[in-house]
Amino acid sequence: MTANPMTAVARVKTGHERRARYTGGVLVLLALFVVVVFGPGAYGDATFRLSRPGDAVVLGDLVVPAAPFIYVAASLLAFLGARQFLRGGVRWTSLSLGLGLALVVLAFLVWATAGNAFSLTGMLQATMVRAVPIALGGLAGVMCERAGVVNIAIEGMLLAGAFTGALVGSVIGGWGGLLSAVVIGGLFGFILAALVVTYRMDQIIAGVVINLFVLGLTSYVSSQVFSQYRGLNNAPVFRSWKVPLLGDIPVIGPMLFNQNLFVYGALALVALATYYLFHTRSGLRARAVGEHPRAADTLGINVYRIRYLHVTMGGMVAGFGGAWFTLGSVGRFDEDMTGGRGFIGLAAMIFGRWHPVGALGAALVFGFADSLQQKLALLGTGVPSEFLAMSPYIATIIVVAGLVGRARPPAADGKAYVKE
Amino acid sequence: MQVELKGITKRFGPVVANRDVTLSVKGGEVLGLLGENGAGKSTLMNVLCGLYAQDEGEIIIDGDPVSFGGPGAAIAAGIGMVHQHFMLVPVFTVAENVVLGVEPTGRLDRLDLASARAKVTEIGEKYGLHVDPDEVIENLPVGVQQRVEIIKVLFRSADLVILDEPTAVLTPQEVEEFFGIVRSLRDAGKAIIFITHKLGEITEIADRISVLRAGEIVGEADPKTARLEDLAQMMVGRPVSFDVDKPPLEAGAPILAVQDLVVLREDDAVAVDRVSLTVRSGEIVGLAGVQGNGQTELIEALTGLRMPAAGTITYQGADITRATVRVRHRMGIAHIPEDRQRSGMIGAFTVAENMVLDTYYDDRFSRGPQIIWPKVHEQAAISATEFDVRTPSVFLRAGHLSGGNQQKLVVARELSRETKLVIAAQPTRGLDVGSVEYIHRRLVEARQEGDGVLIMSSELDEILALSDRILVMFKGRIVAEFDATAAAFDKSAIGLAMAGGAGAEVAA
Ligand SMILES: Nc1ncnc2c1ncn2[C@@H]1O[C@H](COP(=O)(O)OP(=O)(O)OP(=O)(O)O)[C@@H](O)[C@H]1O
Ligand SMILES: [Mg+2]
Repeated sequence: MTANPMTAVARVKTGHERRARYTGGVLVLLALFVVVVFGPGAYGDATFRLSRPGDAVVLGDLVVPAAPFIYVAASLLAFLGARQFLRGGVRWTSLSLGLGLALVVLAFLVWATAGNAFSLTGMLQATMVRAVPIALGGLAGVMCERAGVVNIAIEGMLLAGAFTGALVGSVIGGWGGLLSAVVIGGLFGFILAALVVTYRMDQIIAGVVINLFVLGLTSYVSSQVFSQYRGLNNAPVFRSWKVPLLGDIPVIGPMLFNQNLFVYGALALVALATYYLFHTRSGLRARAVGEHPRAADTLGINVYRIRYLHVTMGGMVAGFGGAWFTLGSVGRFDEDMTGGRGFIGLAAMIFGRWHPVGALGAALVFGFADSLQQKLALLGTGVPSEFLAMSPYIATIIVVAGLVGRARPPAADGKAYVKE
Repeated sequence: MQVELKGITKRFGPVVANRDVTLSVKGGEVLGLLGENGAGKSTLMNVLCGLYAQDEGEIIIDGDPVSFGGPGAAIAAGIGMVHQHFMLVPVFTVAENVVLGVEPTGRLDRLDLASARAKVTEIGEKYGLHVDPDEVIENLPVGVQQRVEIIKVLFRSADLVILDEPTAVLTPQEVEEFFGIVRSLRDAGKAIIFITHKLGEITEIADRISVLRAGEIVGEADPKTARLEDLAQMMVGRPVSFDVDKPPLEAGAPILAVQDLVVLREDDAVAVDRVSLTVRSGEIVGLAGVQGNGQTELIEALTGLRMPAAGTITYQGADITRATVRVRHRMGIAHIPEDRQRSGMIGAFTVAENMVLDTYYDDRFSRGPQIIWPKVHEQAAISATEFDVRTPSVFLRAGHLSGGNQQKLVVARELSRETKLVIAAQPTRGLDVGSVEYIHRRLVEARQEGDGVLIMSSELDEILALSDRILVMFKGRIVAEFDATAAAFDKSAIGLAMAGGAGAEVAA
């Protein structure tokens, strides 16, 4: 044999390099897009309000000259893109893409606000509020899927929580309503677990059945009963409570520390679930069941019990999230008022790579898109409101299809376990 | 510790997997358990470790009858098992896998991974089982995964360690190392049950041998005096020949020609580095090498499971570098994959369905969009008999076959087609001596019919017995070629080349 086996190999283009180039191309195109679409219409300054009248600490407004900002953003984008394209820096691919998208969003904001004023604080606060049901839905998904059960029924569980919260809340008060929403969520979780664990029904179908059942039942009761007895659909709402001092931090204070019970609850649950799943014995066992139930079984771990437990817990989280719709915002139940938030929650779970904190982060992205859409409708940008209303869903598709790439679900996710 | 099994019977529906089995093992000894594929070895061990409940009979530990409600109870009683197919969570670290089920915890149920790591290291030092506790399982070679399985058992302070075909996935070097570990366990006073199909191994390591056939104990033997031929006969109930009868080579035109092939792994590392090789009609080419030197990826590229990054593959004059798997099948390429459970069969399908995975669209088995099931079942029954796949019926889920019979199922499917080229990766992994003999004969028959045969095996003896020509792979390249026509193969030169040593020259 003549050649030395250790010599450098033929130069071959690798998959990662290709992806890096592709990303570079996309970034350059985005730069063009920003220049062509946002550039011409940007006159004057965009004013971002960092404080509201009456705040303890008042910051001045952030005034951004629109046109220069947009061109600077576009050149940054082009620079990132060209760098990716030419150097194909593998490690930088995701980071560049993330930065690039953030730049596009900023440019869009500046363009939309040009010649106008816009409250950043309010926007962030609204983002948080809108992220709550999505985050809780995603968290419910994380709890179930980490133990190997796909929970399509989160939408139905949210709806059941919202309905129960409104009904019981109207009769015995907010706390009672909240508690029963959690219990009802848990009950549906338990039913799902029974269907898929004990009776080995297909997990997707079982979830769909629960969704349809809850939708039908709540719609019926709300149109037939609530319309007659309005008193049954008039629950008290949990008001927001400002954390002393922390709530006065400019810009992010109101977002994190001047909210109602549900926001604090969601943040606490995310922290708790992270600790539980990744730092406790029970969490380790749950994840083992989701990855390789047979291995867990050979070690004397009761796969069925763990699945029951976690799907029920997931249901309780979703029930809590559902109560947000009624007890946390309007105090009244409307037909199908969750409007697909449960499914977006599932998307947040995937985008967040089956991690509680990831799901929260993804929920914030969706919440941001949602609240942006609302604010922009007020600013009157000329973009039809229908398109703006679509934006959270488009964000869902782009994020799940493009950005996440191949996130890996728990290996036994969605598969029934049959003991020998 | 003394463990006795008394009159154990275990049935799966009509199948009696174990019938009235009586067996005992005590601390400080290695009991070798032999038996052909489907004899019921794994089933018996699963009863012993609490995974299955026996239908009759009892388990007695140190004189007291015990009954296990599940694996947890068996573990508590000091019984630990390393399963034939590993039971490790691929995305967990070594330490996490080791402690799973018996986790050390602090306050608030908090996992104490630090002490787990320390314990893993401690056990490693004590028995020579070296692994990094923080490594993630899926990044570890099977040999190391096996060490983790053993550490797992020891961590639960098992007194009886069951090893179900532990050497099937190991390279010869790893086997030596592994025997060292088994001996140190025995010297530490553990009872060990060791299952294998390799007779040479069992006479080397066992203190006593019991032989199981068709679910029953058919005899015992003393490893110091037993002859391999006798053991083989006891296992399969007929005389077995260990030599491969091979008429002289009459190689014809090239069937497969590979030119400068480059294949990448998932992480874009180069697995196969500009490999060129030829397989001629009527010739068996052996691909030797320590596992992980690119053989797997090379085979995957040849069979269409992985797209090469550069180079060409020519088959009977046609360029098939980018051809689909189906096209390759129809052109007469057979593939016996390395990992039967991952890419050889579908466990949830029946034996019959698995038999026609490659030909169901054939006119023989389907009319338009409709599959003619009676024909499929008929043909499957014929193939199963021909290849000695032991199954109660062709309607059994393939996943319920014993490990060796799963392998025979895959071989049966691949060799029942019209073939011109047979690519076999680890074709006899986990097979008993009788089946090994049979499959070797089939491969030689394919050669006699003028097929080209390419065999990859981590067992050098298998390669030596079958091949007309041996290629040695090291770090993704073919570093040496040995020709049988010159003389008998020089085993030590091949071994050296496999280790990347000075033998990396053409010996022709
Ligand atoms: N879950 C099951 N359902 C039905 N039959 C089964 C099941 N598990 C095993 N069997 C049957 O029981 C018999 C014994 O199988 P077992 O796996 O114990 O064999 P083995 O001796 O370990 O063979 P090998 O060496 O091939 O691993 C086989 O005929 C097999 O088909
Ligand atoms: Mg077995």
